[in-house]
Amino acid sequence: MKVLVTVKEVAEAADDFEIEGDDIGEQYLEYDLNEWDDYAVEAAVQLQEEGDDVETVAVTIGPERSEETIRMALAKGVDRAVRVWDDDVAGAELDVEARAELLAAVAEEEEPDLILSGVQANDTGFGATGVALAERLGFEWAAVVNHLDMEAGDPVAAVRRELEGGVEELTEVDLPAVLTIQTGINEPRYASLRGIRQAQSKEIAPKTLDDLGLGPDIVETPIRRTAMYEPESESDATYFEGDADEQAAALADLLREKGVAR
Amino acid sequence: MSGDVLAVADYRRGELRDVSFELLTAGRELADDLGGELHVAVIAGDVDGFAEELTREGVDTIHTVAEGEEFNHDVYVQAVTALFDELSPSALVAPNSVNGLDYVPAVATRLELPLTTDAVGLSYDDSLEVTREMYGSKVETTVAVDAEPFAVSIRGGEWEAAAPGGDATVESFSFDLDEDAVGSRVTGFEEVGGGDVDIGDAEFLVSVGRGIEEEENIELIEELVEATDATMSSSRPIVDNGWLPKNRQVGQSGKQVTPDVYLAIGISGAVQHVAGMKGSDTIVAVNTDPNAPIFDIADYGIVGDLFDVVPALIEEFGG
Repeated sequence: MKVLVTVKEVAEAADDFEIEGDDIGEQYLEYDLNEWDDYAVEAAVQLQEEGDDVETVAVTIGPERSEETIRMALAKGVDRAVRVWDDDVAGAELDVEARAELLAAVAEEEEPDLILSGVQANDTGFGATGVALAERLGFEWAAVVNHLDMEAGDPVAAVRRELEGGVEELTEVDLPAVLTIQTGINEPRYASLRGIRQAQSKEIAPKTLDDLGLGPDIVETPIRRTAMYEPESESDATYFEGDADEQAAALADLLREKGVAR
Repeated sequence: MSGDVLAVADYRRGELRDVSFELLTAGRELADDLGGELHVAVIAGDVDGFAEELTREGVDTIHTVAEGEEFNHDVYVQAVTALFDELSPSALVAPNSVNGLDYVPAVATRLELPLTTDAVGLSYDDSLEVTREMYGSKVETTVAVDAEPFAVSIRGGEWEAAAPGGDATVESFSFDLDEDAVGSRVTGFEEVGGGDVDIGDAEFLVSVGRGIEEEENIELIEELVEATDATMSSSRPIVDNGWLPKNRQVGQSGKQVTPDVYLAIGISGAVQHVAGMKGSDTIVAVNTDPNAPIFDIADYGIVGDLFDVVPALIEEFGG
């Protein structure tokens, strides 16, 4: 059985930042593995540990810098990785369709039985790539999965989908399938020192559009960002000033006044 | 292009969700800008009953698709695709709900529609402009979509619900369901996180978020809860980390709460969290980041380090 897990290096903005043009200035951004993908990696590695003959492959779309992020997946136990990038991809604003198309090309080479993908990325927050990828591949899928019950080799994945308001939907999904993984499905492990050492020797195969048999038109999109700005604060909060003791005293007065604490 | 808009309503276990009525408003505005009609689809379940409820101001036609009892994404994809082919609208709009996430990207892919999701604003002037958030709600962006038709999903709570009334036409729509292409089966539902405490009943919630940093620091909040006789709740990451049980989670995927006072400690105020607690009478936020979105909805704010403020507060109550 082969499990492909999609991972994304995401940018996180510092508490204090400035916008330059239509993005946050590079100096205010820090890069990390997407939180949702961390849970997807863990789910993949658990399947690998539970079954014999399970191969796990991570795929990412990103510049050379993102190898640092993908090495985290390798250090946690993923067997090998594929990184898609070239000048055309670098110069494009990738929408859902373009991302799904690039990942689908890798999936068609790898022929996985199961693809695990984070529900969304915490930078752009589109939340659509996994399901678009499934449709493009003709795979089944389930979105927002917070429980996965299957063993390596099973033809069906029994999943729980986390709906709003504390309700879970129980669904069976035929394989091959894409599952988009919600946080909390498991406890992502920390990479061990041994894992980090081993990751250094694992393969990260670079792939260009050409390698994947795709033309540059694949990354052309009718969707483009036109502006970025800090939303106007709607806050009309009353702030308690002073040092921590003074702030706490004012808050204590408020809680007594509201009658919720004595 | 026809200028028409096709909106697909969301419901669960026999009840239309609030976002479906907000969707009618967003869809109507878009249809006005595009110069077309607003079509609304409701698929599976008691579609006739739903159609009655969806008959609201601004809706031109409601299409009922009686196929199945509950949401199944394979059926939805086929139904929406067939209806879209029949109507040839300029736009598909749907809620960015958990079920929206489960079928809209597949429909967009199948119909080759450019997709933007989780819109908090829409405008149309020769082309679509979508307002979205990025970087964990720290910034807003505008995104232009230079193609028609297009698909867009909207965030709940951003548009007013459409007013009752109007005189929508109701039509039933049928299509040939390809059973072989249905590869998923919904087998049931389960309420989760009952447990011993119902945070929905609490008058005073002390709620803790990611700012607490380490599991052992939860003890500090427990001391405060004890000193003030409050009830403890949390945002999602605390539950994801297994530091508190699921029944303590406030938010879209957790519990909706409406206490007299909601004290948010180290919670940044992600939209999913705010959806669960904005109905609280008085909201107090403690956070080191003065730009944290939680302050936008707070009545009272303390910009400060919870590790300084909380011990001082415990002392105030003789803890």
